Amino acid sequence: MPGVAAADFWTPESGGSSNADAIDNLYKFVLAIGAVIFFGVEGALFYSLWKFKARKGAVAAQIRGNTRLEIAWTVGAAVIVVVLAVATFAALPSIRNPETSAKDGLDLATSGVAQGVLVASGPTKKLPPDGKSLNIKVNGQQYLWRYTYPDGDDNTLNNPFSYEEMVVPTETTVTLDIEAQDVAHSWWIPKLGGKFDAIPGYTNYTWFKVPQKMEGTTFTGQCAELCGRNHANMTARVRAVSPTDFEAFIAQRRKDTKAADEAAAKQRKEVEAPAADQPAADETSGPTATPLP
Amino acid sequence: MATTETPAPTTPRAAQAALPQIVAHTVERPGTGWTSWLTTTDHKKIGIMYLVLTFVFFILGGVEALLIRLQLAQANNTLLTPQTYNELFTLHGTTMVFLFVVPVWAGFGNYFVPLMIGARDMAFPKLNAMSFWMLLMGGIVFYASIFYSPPECGWTCYSPLSSSEYLPTAGVDAWIFLIHLTGISSLIGAINFYATIANMRAPGMGWGRLPLFVWAVLTYAVLLILALPVIAGAVTLLLTDRNFGTHFYDASSGGSPLLWQHLFWFFGHPEVYIMILPGFGVVSEILPVFARKPIFGYKAIAAATVVIAFLGLLVWAHHMFATPSPTIVLVFFMMSSFLIAVPTGVKIFNWIATLWRGTIEYKTPLLFCAGFLGTFLIGGITGVFLAVFPVDWQLTDTYFVVAHLHYVLVGGSVFTIFAALYYWFPKMTGRMMSEGLGRASFWTMLVGFHTTFFVQHAIGLDGMPRRIYEYDDVGNLELYNLISTFGSFILAAGIGLTIINVYRSLKRGATAGPDPWKGNTLEWYTQSPPPANNFDSVPRIRSVEPMKDIRRQVARQAMSAEPMVPVASATTAPEQGLQPS
Repeated sequence: MPGVAAADFWTPESGGSSNADAIDNLYKFVLAIGAVIFFGVEGALFYSLWKFKARKGAVAAQIRGNTRLEIAWTVGAAVIVVVLAVATFAALPSIRNPETSAKDGLDLATSGVAQGVLVASGPTKKLPPDGKSLNIKVNGQQYLWRYTYPDGDDNTLNNPFSYEEMVVPTETTVTLDIEAQDVAHSWWIPKLGGKFDAIPGYTNYTWFKVPQKMEGTTFTGQCAELCGRNHANMTARVRAVSPTDFEAFIAQRRKDTKAADEAAAKQRKEVEAPAADQPAADETSGPTATPLP
Repeated sequence: MATTETPAPTTPRAAQAALPQIVAHTVERPGTGWTSWLTTTDHKKIGIMYLVLTFVFFILGGVEALLIRLQLAQANNTLLTPQTYNELFTLHGTTMVFLFVVPVWAGFGNYFVPLMIGARDMAFPKLNAMSFWMLLMGGIVFYASIFYSPPECGWTCYSPLSSSEYLPTAGVDAWIFLIHLTGISSLIGAINFYATIANMRAPGMGWGRLPLFVWAVLTYAVLLILALPVIAGAVTLLLTDRNFGTHFYDASSGGSPLLWQHLFWFFGHPEVYIMILPGFGVVSEILPVFARKPIFGYKAIAAATVVIAFLGLLVWAHHMFATPSPTIVLVFFMMSSFLIAVPTGVKIFNWIATLWRGTIEYKTPLLFCAGFLGTFLIGGITGVFLAVFPVDWQLTDTYFVVAHLHYVLVGGSVFTIFAALYYWFPKMTGRMMSEGLGRASFWTMLVGFHTTFFVQHAIGLDGMPRRIYEYDDVGNLELYNLISTFGSFILAAGIGLTIINVYRSLKRGATAGPDPWKGNTLEWYTQSPPPANNFDSVPRIRSVEPMKDIRRQVARQAMSAEPMVPVASATTAPEQGLQPS
């Protein structure tokens, strides 16, 4: 798993997408505030414990409280909370809202892959400002991930797909529709951003955009919601390639699927040949031999 | 059995003799042997049984934790099968939450709430015994599953994994019955605490003079009363889903897996405060005693307890930030979770201010409280990280969360449980625990704890999810996990030292006397261990620190040889408590 190799002791993984970087920055801000509180309070605690150790002749001051002081630190704590909230709201758009794809990304307007598939932006599903993204369906199942790539029409039964490894073009905004078909799972590639639970009956959404310099990188992750005995083995990979290579990959997937379908059809024909006089011959166009566009 | 029932026979006799005070401690021959424990309704005996039982479960849960850590000590380890691993963390989590931390507070509460408020027993002694036996039954029903197939869905038992389709064995049903039985136990226990505290306080003990531990137990009781019916309903729906063909949590039939998560956490987050608030109460009792200084800001601490409980009911969905939920939901639960940091911070500041300018005596209970303060603070700070929902998207369901929850539950609750044990052991047994072993236990536990759990933050940040039985050695994952495993055995050794300490001190500990620590509260007014009727006389309460008042009075008396202020009769304390005070 080379994608997770840069082990970072204090901060989350990032670097594969701008939203992961934005989370990392927000985390660092919270960490900085946390560190100030940590050193301040632990300092006061250890100082008190050391300074006021019982010594001969020492008399404890009988103080029962100090209203002004108590109000002061209540307000102080509240102010820190407000600062954190403001920082979060400031960082939220860069994490939540997808960016527009770059010019050297996959041309979503003309590419046969994503052409015409525009999904309306909703309260949970967000699209880039230009409304275009490469929308991949992620389906969690015990114990693997299935990815369905868009093919430009509404029929999703004949789309190119892959298991476990998702291939994406660089500099292109990829939006994910995350679903589960059996138990709950959670989609997580640490370097590409946060976790999004895949829950049966619901669709969850996220996005990422891999910069060009990460071309050729395979990002790794795994299911983050307990999904059964082999939960630990439900891994996921996202391989970033150039837009050209991506189109080649999709073409190859189509070709492979078509070849497999034809081989299956041929095999079926051979199996059914001895009983050719029966009307079962029509079944060659059955569910396994899905027509491709 | 009847020893706790009616003190009535003494009163007439006393009245005939026209004595101002009753000196007899017991009116019937005290029961002996194991039947006296089986049939008891004495809050002290029930309290002891609670403590013994919950510590047995604590050891079981600890052994499960060590097995989990052994499996994770090496990358791609094959010590345990995935099935056994899932069963172990389910047993561990469920045991520690439902069979240790929540009921251990019921144990301390049982023993000390009546003593601290000057009552003779709990309000409903028989109900109290029933609470204990229901807990034992819950534990037996749950642990019996290890003879067929323990549940594998974690202590959260998320649907649909917990449905009969994916976990057809009866382990999940055993878990459901555990929730019901321990739930009934806690619920009737909570009603008992509430009734006791509301009605049976010593004369003069108004709400402003209630010991802070009793405030905490009262809040614990209210939270249990509010939260437990919700989980009882949730697991009943799960039970009918599993066994009677309903589809409450089945998305394919119009149900919702998210419903389970909402119901579970609506209970589950208050449960966190149920586990920690009594610990806060213990700290608020122990710090003033060993700093020889009044608690700083009594009212603020009592109020913060109530505010934390209220806000604790409004933060549940921060466990669900990664679910498909509208942004407004995420924002609301982030803000409410932030808010709860304010009263918690106030408490920590007040505790440090209690130490400030005191004369601190470094006895073991104080060490555990100081360890709690330093450790819990870290858990509180990482809690704020998790409340920031975009940050939580990276952290949730990883070892960062595992680290956080152990900082608040071990560094928080368990350290305060040990503080309470060392503080109150002399009262319960009449013997002191060894200070040397106590100190050794504390330092070993503190070092073991931080070695185990601090590095788990980094494990989570590096991308390792929780609840996985194996991992690849990427980066430093194997090294970090090995450190964590190493630490867990140090922690276990520290706990072992306390167990040895308890065992030795029961037989060989120095005699404690009624008030070895120069305590502030009423439990130190009676013998150690207290007689069946607790007090012969209960003084009128004039402050939060009645024992300090009494010691002052005695000192003054010794100086001027003035007659002592008359004290109220003890055996009639329950009746007195019923009057508005």
